[in-house]
Amino acid sequence: MSDPAINDINICIATENGSGSASANNILFKSIFKMGIPCSAKNLFPSNIQGLPTWYQVRASGRGYLGRKDVIDVMVIFNETTAHEDVDKVRPGGLVIYDDSKPLPRELIRDSLKYLGVPAWNLVKDNVKVTQLRAKQRNIVYVGAIAQLFGIPLDILKDVLADTFGDKPAVIDSNYLCIQLGYDHMESSGATQELGRLVAVPEGNKDTIMTEGNTAAALGAIFGGVTVVAWYPITPSSSLVEEIIARIGKFRTDNNDKHRFAIVQAEDELASVSMVIGAGFCGARAMTSTSGPGLSLMQEGIGLAYFTEVPSVFFIVQRGGPSTGLPTRTQQADITLMHQGSHGDTRHLVLIPHDNPSVFELSWKAFDYAERFQCPVFVMMDLDLGMNMGISAPLAYPDQPFDRGKVLSREQLEAQGGTFKRYLDIDGDGIPQRTIPGTDHPAAAYFARGSGHDVDASYTEDNQVYKALLDRLRKKYETARDFVPRPLIANGAGNGDGVISFGSSYTPTCEALDRLREEARPLDHLLLRALPVNGEVQQFLADHERIFLVEQNRDGQMAQILRDDFPRYAARIHPVLIYDGLPVTAGEIVNLIKGGN
Amino acid sequence: MSEPAVQMQAPANGLHLIKKDYEGAQSTLCKGCGHDAITASIVTAAYEASVDPKRVLKLSGIGCSAKTTNYFMNQSFGFNGIHGRMAAMATGTGLANHTLIPIGVSGDGDTASIGLGNFAHMVRRNLRITYIIENNGVYGLTKGQFSAMADRGSRLRKGGANPWEAMDIISLSLLMGATFLARSFSGDRKQLTPLIEAAFNHKGTAVLDVLSPCVTFNDHEGSTKSLKHIRANRDALHDIDFIPDFDQVDVDYDEGKEIRVRMHEAGMITLHKIKDHDPRDRGRAIQLLEEARGNNTFLTGLIYIDENMPDFAEVEQLPEIPLAFLGEEELRPSRQDLDQINASLML
Ligand SMILES: Cc1ncc(C[n+]2csc(CCOP(=O)(O)OP(=O)(O)O)c2C)c(N)n1
Ligand code: SF4
Ligand SMILES: [Mg+2]
Repeated sequence: MSDPAINDINICIATENGSGSASANNILFKSIFKMGIPCSAKNLFPSNIQGLPTWYQVRASGRGYLGRKDVIDVMVIFNETTAHEDVDKVRPGGLVIYDDSKPLPRELIRDSLKYLGVPAWNLVKDNVKVTQLRAKQRNIVYVGAIAQLFGIPLDILKDVLADTFGDKPAVIDSNYLCIQLGYDHMESSGATQELGRLVAVPEGNKDTIMTEGNTAAALGAIFGGVTVVAWYPITPSSSLVEEIIARIGKFRTDNNDKHRFAIVQAEDELASVSMVIGAGFCGARAMTSTSGPGLSLMQEGIGLAYFTEVPSVFFIVQRGGPSTGLPTRTQQADITLMHQGSHGDTRHLVLIPHDNPSVFELSWKAFDYAERFQCPVFVMMDLDLGMNMGISAPLAYPDQPFDRGKVLSREQLEAQGGTFKRYLDIDGDGIPQRTIPGTDHPAAAYFARGSGHDVDASYTEDNQVYKALLDRLRKKYETARDFVPRPLIANGAGNGDGVISFGSSYTPTCEALDRLREEARPLDHLLLRALPVNGEVQQFLADHERIFLVEQNRDGQMAQILRDDFPRYAARIHPVLIYDGLPVTAGEIVNLIKGGN
Repeated sequence: MSEPAVQMQAPANGLHLIKKDYEGAQSTLCKGCGHDAITASIVTAAYEASVDPKRVLKLSGIGCSAKTTNYFMNQSFGFNGIHGRMAAMATGTGLANHTLIPIGVSGDGDTASIGLGNFAHMVRRNLRITYIIENNGVYGLTKGQFSAMADRGSRLRKGGANPWEAMDIISLSLLMGATFLARSFSGDRKQLTPLIEAAFNHKGTAVLDVLSPCVTFNDHEGSTKSLKHIRANRDALHDIDFIPDFDQVDVDYDEGKEIRVRMHEAGMITLHKIKDHDPRDRGRAIQLLEEARGNNTFLTGLIYIDENMPDFAEVEQLPEIPLAFLGEEELRPSRQDLDQINASLML
């Protein structure tokens, strides 16, 4: 038998949602984090409030791999309904922890696995006072059992409890009791396992934050100066606006209780996009947040914002589609819908963060891009990035002041002789000047319309004027190529094959490429951070014979965009497509790359 | 031959603007279209109430009616958006800048068919806006199909009768908590103009359902929205005056014959009773609307008003300076704030 692995373990906890497992899981994750070990959590939950199966995977990785791990080393089977399938998901030689308040059904026993029981329900029943909470506390017991088996110190667990339930000493005490019950049971039963050990890393996770992408996006929006938020609840984007609601008041409430922000829960997404457009037209930094179904409803509005050139920011947290699809699973299958949203010829700016610091950064920048380019700007997220806990460097304070773009004040209007043509490309970059309603100057007003218009914003059906307008909008988009976030070349530009990844695929792709390198197959890696792509991406395509493009959809939506942009290199692009709704693993990427040779 | 050296001085309003300053582009609607008559009343009302064109925001969706925002107040900002979404777009403008004076012009299709949901929620929120529905009972721009406000039994020019009950937008709005409800007729400027002036000065959503014959697709025998039918079936609640300057009003008046309502922003509306109705009486308003429905008449005038409800901006606790004009100083939290947030996300 091999030595236990140090700080390299993937624990999966199978429970029912609404059973109290969320807080137990959270405590386990935070404790590993507090030990200084790099770790990640993937919550695979159902679209349901109570009683359906849910899985929570906590991965500890001394090497810092934070994607979902391919194999499950330890499975806690606390859900009888799924126990059958759950034991089959454990890797050979792995460990199953079960509640032996009842005997383990024989059918669950596999020769290749080791089983350890903890009578969680009995322990709780015999030792914990009856409270409303008690039924849910069975789950805390497995945290204690795992702590004993893998080496999480009790004082760390105690700290985490205090951190989590700071103002409720009774809750801390009774949870700690449950942890101790699980811990002591494992200790006194003499149970052991040789899979792995968790060993605290001194100074590990120092200056490391732990949060969810939706929180980072909410903070980015606040620091980006958002003032108007119109939204309609939908998983997995709701928590983004809910975090704004929870946090913005602290920074934006005046002494007389006035709010320097407005958040409206709209009646539908037709309304939320329209509110954002109305607010953006009037000069506010306005945003909405939604996922696929809402984005579908917003399409007509997106076309209006594009054609009338209204700054507007859209946070899209993608989930499994089409239709209602898998509301609580992850995917990147709305790329085309963002990039080419609405009928007619359109092309939109899409910012693509890949971890929490970049979510924050691109979120505040989205408002600058929207005003600079006077258009809809999409921040592309997905459930994995938005709703799963991630650890990272701290969020970095914005390094640029607000960019309001070419907004003309009354004085500027006066300085340019009181002339203003809303849709005239005076600078040759496709971006016209803009005024804001309420500007006290007789030349400020214009009449925006979603119908054909000339440089004065007047109605026209003139074929030449119409074509010129479409061409200018395209030119504006071309200008944006060199302004949007540049890609990150993660590995040096050697020759041979390359890999392009973006968003939540980036982290597992890095891990996959490490593995391939260990197998003497080094690949260069480019992280895409925005659409439209710029010259560096073109260069990367030019420099590599074959490029594997990792994306989480069936049809290779990003590949289509790149092929469209660089037809010369179309044949070089080999999509690596992972779209089963679960967070991507390194192994999946390795296999698909190898499969494509 | 030559121009006269000195032009006749047109009378100026309180802002030293003449009526021409409130006009817009040349209308492209059909000759005789009711919508153009409403445009004329808007121009008169804005001029008479001394509305500042630089603070006006003209909003509309899609339809013949929606085009009309281009035909008045050239000096104002305008946004002609998409079909049925003007109410929601207006809600966004009201958040960004609640100090503007929004005038929304919609159609019966734009409001009651495709846009009913968004309209209903605007009313519920009591967004400050003058919201005019140019009600011709049909879709003008798509050539004459029925809208949700077409009366049951009304006949299409070439085609059958409408089998469905008309959506009475005033009754519906009343039940949803509307604070200013009026019905009028495009051809009755004497009634319509003071109603629009009052609407400009209302703090909240002012809904004006204005019957406006479509001379091209819905003015024939058998149509209940024809000029002839509307004229014959109007039932006015009162004669109306709007007095912009409140101080010039004499204090004595006969309560039995007259009702006065002081508007939130400025001015006062005086109603010389024809029927016995105080528009602050919600129950009676519902009763009268029901009676009119039974009699197949169009109840016109100020049907309901409540000047005390907080408007959307107030409920949202918006600051004096519009959100649109706040800058980085007021909006971006400090570096220390972010440090604190980062620290709170560490363990
Ligand atoms: C989403 C969408 N569907 C359909 C149309 C076509 N359309 C344009 S105007 C209109 C109806 C307008 O009727 P109404 O609001 O009553 O205005 P009117 O022309 O009668 O003044 C329709 C259906 C459209 N512009 N957009
Ligand atoms: S079609 Fe009807 S509503 Fe449209 S402009 Fe002509 S008369 Fe007016
Ligand atoms: Mg109509």
